[in-house]
Amino acid sequence: MSDLKTSDLSRRGFLLRGGALGCSLAASPLLTPVTFAATGGENRLVVIILRGAMDGLDVVRPYGDPLLEKYRPTLLGGKAHDLDGFYALHPALSDLMPLWKAGELGFAQAVSTPYRDVRSHFDGQDLLEAGTGEDTDVVRDGWLNRLLQVMPGATSETAFAVGHSDMKLVSGAAAVSSWAPDGRMDMSPQAQLLLQEVYHDDPLFRDAGEEALDIAQSLGVSSGDSFGVSKRVLREQAKQGQNASNADVVASFAAKRLNETARIAAFSLSGWDTHRGQRNGLARALGNLQNAILTLKTELGTNWERTAVVAITEFGRTARENGTRGTDHGTGGAMVMAGGAVRGGKVYGDWPGLDEAQLYARRDLMPTADVRSYPAWIMQGLFGVDATTLQTTVFPGLQLGRDPGVLA
Amino acid sequence: MGFTPEIAAIRFGEGLSPLVTAPGSASDVLAQLQGADLAAEAYPIPSFADLLPQIAKVERLRRIWRKAAGKAEEAELRKNHREARAEMSRAQVQHTRHFYTRSITTEQPFRERLTRFWGDHFTVVGGSVAFRHAAPYYVEGAIRPWITGRFVDMLKAVVTHPMMLLYLDQIASFGPNSKGARGRRGLNENLARELLELHTLGVDGSYSQTDVRQLAELLTGLSSTLRDGFVFRENMAEPDAETVLGKSYGGGPANLDDIYAVLEDLAIHPDTATHLARKLAVHFTSDTPDEGMIADMAAAYLASGGALMPLYEVMLEHPFAWDSFGQKVKQPVDFVMSALRVFPVPVRTIAKMNRGQMHALMTAPMAAMGQNLYRPLGPDGWAEDAEHWVTPQGVAARLQFAMAMPSAIYRSLPDPREFVTRALGDLADERLLFAARAAETRREGVGLILASPGFQRR
Repeated sequence: MSDLKTSDLSRRGFLLRGGALGCSLAASPLLTPVTFAATGGENRLVVIILRGAMDGLDVVRPYGDPLLEKYRPTLLGGKAHDLDGFYALHPALSDLMPLWKAGELGFAQAVSTPYRDVRSHFDGQDLLEAGTGEDTDVVRDGWLNRLLQVMPGATSETAFAVGHSDMKLVSGAAAVSSWAPDGRMDMSPQAQLLLQEVYHDDPLFRDAGEEALDIAQSLGVSSGDSFGVSKRVLREQAKQGQNASNADVVASFAAKRLNETARIAAFSLSGWDTHRGQRNGLARALGNLQNAILTLKTELGTNWERTAVVAITEFGRTARENGTRGTDHGTGGAMVMAGGAVRGGKVYGDWPGLDEAQLYARRDLMPTADVRSYPAWIMQGLFGVDATTLQTTVFPGLQLGRDPGVLA
Repeated sequence: MGFTPEIAAIRFGEGLSPLVTAPGSASDVLAQLQGADLAAEAYPIPSFADLLPQIAKVERLRRIWRKAAGKAEEAELRKNHREARAEMSRAQVQHTRHFYTRSITTEQPFRERLTRFWGDHFTVVGGSVAFRHAAPYYVEGAIRPWITGRFVDMLKAVVTHPMMLLYLDQIASFGPNSKGARGRRGLNENLARELLELHTLGVDGSYSQTDVRQLAELLTGLSSTLRDGFVFRENMAEPDAETVLGKSYGGGPANLDDIYAVLEDLAIHPDTATHLARKLAVHFTSDTPDEGMIADMAAAYLASGGALMPLYEVMLEHPFAWDSFGQKVKQPVDFVMSALRVFPVPVRTIAKMNRGQMHALMTAPMAAMGQNLYRPLGPDGWAEDAEHWVTPQGVAARLQFAMAMPSAIYRSLPDPREFVTRALGDLADERLLFAARAAETRREGVGLILASPGFQRR
């Protein structure tokens, strides 16, 4: 792709050239130049959605509870790493142990969203990303977006969602950047102008198209040369696209944005729905998560010190393994926290116990805390969002409770 | 807005084609479903059952080769496997060509749309090495023959299909008290849950965790082998009767009929009727469809005892099906198909494409638009809402495809001023007509028309 020259066309350039096409373009709201103010803080937040329900009891194993082995006779193989004499870390996260020892990796156990009983991935993820309670009216925006709405100085470049699919987590009234690592825009200046004309009356396409032009230009993945889009380029793009969803590629792209103007990044990792053959399946998914965290650490460099990563999932899985060396949909689960800004080296949360009477519906780990409270306290610490806003706007219905002190 | 032939072709078909007359009425659309399945006859794709012997052969040779690791005969066994795989792979490329050619040429495009709709409703993703590329054959055998029949027949075909049994883990689920479990193996809830949540009643349907559990027990025994495909194994089946939604099934010797019985009941449950009606309405008309139309569709479905044609008929005859034109955004696969069809890309051109060309021109762009064909992230399939697809990265990928695909296929492109009418009839708005006139090159003009909201929406 090196033969494609980066266009020097700016949004202001559109405005100036717009006159040449006549007055039909003059009224376009697209042509208003957008000014970006840099955000104040240097703190950074990365939210990773783990789609498919991560088995928290396998990732952060409460080996100090004798029932664990009884419930999970085939799942606990491999050399788990003792964390604190009660919990041990899944072997597939071995390479994160240095972070644990350095206090840059922590967990919360027995957490959940307010979602209960139906155990649908899709409703569960919707609620996780909406950040509301079950009784709240359905909201279409996500909690990260509502954070941006109250964050002083937030601009459209403050938050970056990475990947091919949209994330409810970041959708809403506040402007958010959204892009895939293999995205490109190759259009001549004239075609860009005409595109704005064509998209003029369709707000959905207009806004997305405008953002696409902006982002592609600011990332240097645009050219003014639609003639460059040839069969050969298509083939090259197809090749790039094959790796675009890899955890390290996504994390690396996120880190680059965070090293620039972005302060919040979000992406998702899938592959957690381990109904069968969990030992292999979970190891694979954890390998991706480990890869993402280590890539973030490496590529963020000194910015890692001011970064908190939270990885959350829609619910946990059954306390007992099922009949097929896997686990079915449950309730309480675990979340992962990493980063120099995190006070790691600790498993947070109240342990509910595994006795049948202590389980939720006699089958799932009983949640003892609202998973939302951890990102809430983190956002208060990183971005100075006050408790009332967190409990009413960002996470409606959340009881913040006592500060667990997860930030360093 | 009301019915127009263009709207019918765009909403309920694969878009306009200069070679195919657009439907003259709503009943013309419905009539596409009557009689023979012409595209399937002209461009055959085998069903999973037809392909299974070949899949099994490749898999058998793969296992033989892997077992011989380090032995003298390893190289030869590897070659045997490779040759068999290459042979199947050549056939698969041909089937992929047929997949596109059907949509480009068909005079019954509603069939293609419904096949993709139901294939998505009953999503499977090929996970194992053997079944990795087998999803299209599952659709051909378990979905396509049933789209005009009774829902329960499709449901039965799907629930007894090796790919579904593998994808949702039923293949490993043993009744805890079955002979085969031997105290070591047991239940897996995955298929039972999705059967209620996604395939029949819907997530708001009237079922509980207990129903999921009971249904999971009832479903034990469903299994498959590479040689025979679907098999029912009595030794996997939970012996006692199970109660699902208040009704008892089984109790005698384990048999498939008990499972068919619960599927019959689930298929004509009122919650299922509403769930299916809403899904169809959302897919074809609007992300927020008319509730009255959904109720009418569900009622017709129930009155017919679970036939699918009345569902389609009520939808097509409802004013909302026409008045809501433009509220849906084409999914990437629909966009790509309609773009190929509007030229139309000649059959012989597709016939000459190899795997890499089809990937670069069609499947990779779809993936960049957010739709990795036959590989959705979960059993809920692809998202419906416009906001999901119309993201900056999604629009960028649609634009790249629109600008690149036509000139990657054609040396000379049509005049955009003519092409805009070919693509949208009289549905093009003034701004698009202006752009078609003002484009500096044919390539950009044609690209802008394909990328326009007018062409992206339906």
